[in-house]
Amino acid sequence: MTNTATLKLKTPISEKEVRRIRIGDILYVSGTAITARDEAHIRALEYLEHGKKLPLEFKGLVLYHCGPLVRKEGGGWRVVAAGPTTSMRMESLEAEFIENFRPSVIVGKGGMGGKTAEAAKKFGAVYCDFTGGAAVLAAEAIEEVQGVEWLDLGMPEALWVLKIREFGPLVVTIDSSGKNLRDDLTREIEAKRAKIIGS
Amino acid sequence: MKAIYIEKVVEDAAVELLRRATTELPPDVLAALKKAYEEETSELGRNQLGAILENIRLAEKTKRPLCQDTGVMIFYVTIGNEFGDFAFLPKALTEATRRATRDVPLRPNAVHPLTRHNPGNNTGTGVPIINYDITTGDYIELTALPKGAGAENMSALAILTPSDGVKGIKKFVIDTVIAAGGKPCPPTVIGVGIGGKADLAMRLSKKALLRPLDKRHPEKEIAQLEEELLEMVNSTGVGPMGLGGKYTALGLNIEYAYSHTAGLPVGINFQCWADRRARARIRRDGRVEYV
Repeated sequence: MTNTATLKLKTPISEKEVRRIRIGDILYVSGTAITARDEAHIRALEYLEHGKKLPLEFKGLVLYHCGPLVRKEGGGWRVVAAGPTTSMRMESLEAEFIENFRPSVIVGKGGMGGKTAEAAKKFGAVYCDFTGGAAVLAAEAIEEVQGVEWLDLGMPEALWVLKIREFGPLVVTIDSSGKNLRDDLTREIEAKRAKIIGS
Repeated sequence: MKAIYIEKVVEDAAVELLRRATTELPPDVLAALKKAYEEETSELGRNQLGAILENIRLAEKTKRPLCQDTGVMIFYVTIGNEFGDFAFLPKALTEATRRATRDVPLRPNAVHPLTRHNPGNNTGTGVPIINYDITTGDYIELTALPKGAGAENMSALAILTPSDGVKGIKKFVIDTVIAAGGKPCPPTVIGVGIGGKADLAMRLSKKALLRPLDKRHPEKEIAQLEEELLEMVNSTGVGPMGLGGKYTALGLNIEYAYSHTAGLPVGINFQCWADRRARARIRRDGRVEYV
């Protein structure tokens, strides 16, 4: 975790750019983010299985684990609050999602596991933590809702296309070398656990 | 006429409680978060706590929900024996949930558990969840506790044996906190329910979350265990959002009940840093006091 940097990026983000990012770096991303959580991941992989095309392209964009609170205003939608959701729920689906749809930056909360880290390494992606619950802070960086798909899944589970401006701070916790910031932490915590329980 | 009037008063108060609970934090929680920000030693941890405080400021300024996961609505109602008829409560609280979902607005989170159908208004079989209790007096006390999934999904139950004892309880709490990591949005508030039966231990663990963070259990032994457990939890190094640091929890409350001589059930319920709760006392004559 040495030489960490604060980086401002714009989508689409190329693989070359992604491979420069290291764990511990702080990102602010502008461009396009698409939300997808449990149900959207499941459906996307079902589409893949049946050779059906997704209604949207994720390539080079931000995949945001988020079920936003949106409000209908006039003819469109406005984001009221849009913090991240727990990413580990998508751990069993994410590697396949990355391989096939190629998002560059995955944003969520709580970290992800080994399968995702492996896919990030193989296909060139990073995973970032956005502060859990910081939904208004996130909404302030969302300029507009550019579209929505799969609204039949319900508001939280739909694919929301968001125009973002300097979306962050995003803490990079998995980089494209497959390093996971939480691995070291887990070892430290395990050592502390032995002391705490033993006492 | 009077019965209709009090129904409306309770319904309006419940909408207001849901609005307050989702957009503002109780003073004890805000104070605990500020203290954590001042004292946190890990750089990433402080960065997270800084973002949390900025988010709270923005939510208050723009009157928007603190977190997009406004939760599933839970009410605790304590009914005084002189309050009179209260059979309207389920209907009034369900209607209040619908109205708050539309007006605050709240995210529609309640879905059928199998079909995952979302009716879009946070109501359905069994929700909002309403807990009833009784007391003496001419009022009802109504508490709203909207509960998000990140924290709730980390709930745990252990059926320990009497020989596991206090040591077993400590081990279970620490292991649950470590396994939860950053997922329940730490620094969390931890409710621990000890004793009773399996269901009661879980219910007590949630009820423990209703007590303000700066109030210890009235019984000295339990109060000491609360302090000891909190110190242990904050020695794990999980830290804000599981990114490392000393503030893994803002508080830890215990509620207990007698258990069978052969068992020791322990329930754990987390609340995220957005420890949202709001309470009002409503009198029969229609006076509402937010407390």
